[in-house]
Amino acid sequence: MHSFGYRANALLTLAITLLALMCAMASFSDNINSPSPSAHVQVLNINWFQKQPNGNDEVSMTMNISADLQSLFTWNTKQVFVFLAAEYETPKNSLNQISLWDGIIPSKEHAKFWIHTSNKYRFIDQGRNLRGKEFNLTMHWHVMPKTGKMSEDKIVMPGYRLPEEYR
Amino acid sequence: MGWIGDTVDSIKSIQIRQLLTQAVSLGMIVTSALIIWKALMCITGSESPVVVVLSGSMEPGFKRGDILFLHMNKEPIRAGEIVVFNVDGREIPIVHRVIKVHERQDGEVDILTKGDNNYGDDRLLYAQGQLWLQRHHIMGRAVGFLPYVGWVTIIMTEKPIIKYILIGALGLLVITSKD
Repeated sequence: MHSFGYRANALLTLAITLLALMCAMASFSDNINSPSPSAHVQVLNINWFQKQPNGNDEVSMTMNISADLQSLFTWNTKQVFVFLAAEYETPKNSLNQISLWDGIIPSKEHAKFWIHTSNKYRFIDQGRNLRGKEFNLTMHWHVMPKTGKMSEDKIVMPGYRLPEEYR
Repeated sequence: MGWIGDTVDSIKSIQIRQLLTQAVSLGMIVTSALIIWKALMCITGSESPVVVVLSGSMEPGFKRGDILFLHMNKEPIRAGEIVVFNVDGREIPIVHRVIKVHERQDGEVDILTKGDNNYGDDRLLYAQGQLWLQRHHIMGRAVGFLPYVGWVTIIMTEKPIIKYILIGALGLLVITSKD
């Protein structure tokens, strides 16, 4: 009844149960945090705007991105993945989401940032719909916990428009 | 003749009830593991509800040996989500983040993925000439995360001898346990 094997087994079971419980509590404690992040993006320049040989529109632009995501960080936050996506609708596609810039924020100290950049990924449409196209810029973030449930949210910034002519 | 009689006696002396009990308890362990796995498949809607991260392409978010919990439902796939996908002609599924989505009116969708730690997008990993992933390539999206636990399976697949030793030891433990 009280052999070494039984004691080892009981100890192991207890240790794993406690560890699982602590992980669950850490993950649950993230719900208490109610973040209030802010973001602002300015399109400074359309560097070039053209039709590719295969017929798809492509645009390159320079942006000013500033954001304050400090309130997303809790003690169970490993990192925050943040990205800026252009989102628009075309006759063929009900939704187009194109990531233009992304970054990994490792800690709260780096969560208030300001960056001047051209788009990191190519902004290519499926077709020739970008001339004069209105689009949203959406700041998305994905919170990766040390353990437990991942969470995400976004800020939609509407009212951006591409030029009427290629350049 | 003596030793045959001894053997027969020793076989007779094994209590049939105890043997049956042990067989049943072993069966219970195996079936309950199977039940949990199948129940998870039903709840998450994914054919593999838990995956182990095998590469460093999503570092520092996911490291080799971390465990991801997957979920699959009808909801549309959006940029930023971490999805697990199968590429034609590749056996091992890949866990990467969606960076571009083109969704048509009828719900058909084109998806482009990229590993957070990779320099370029995943078109080099896709089948030759494939530019986009479709819905049917996607096995699930990652919703939860548990660090380090996956090392157990990585070690077991890379050093099968440890797996056999472990299974043997567990089996021996179950058979020899008297109460």
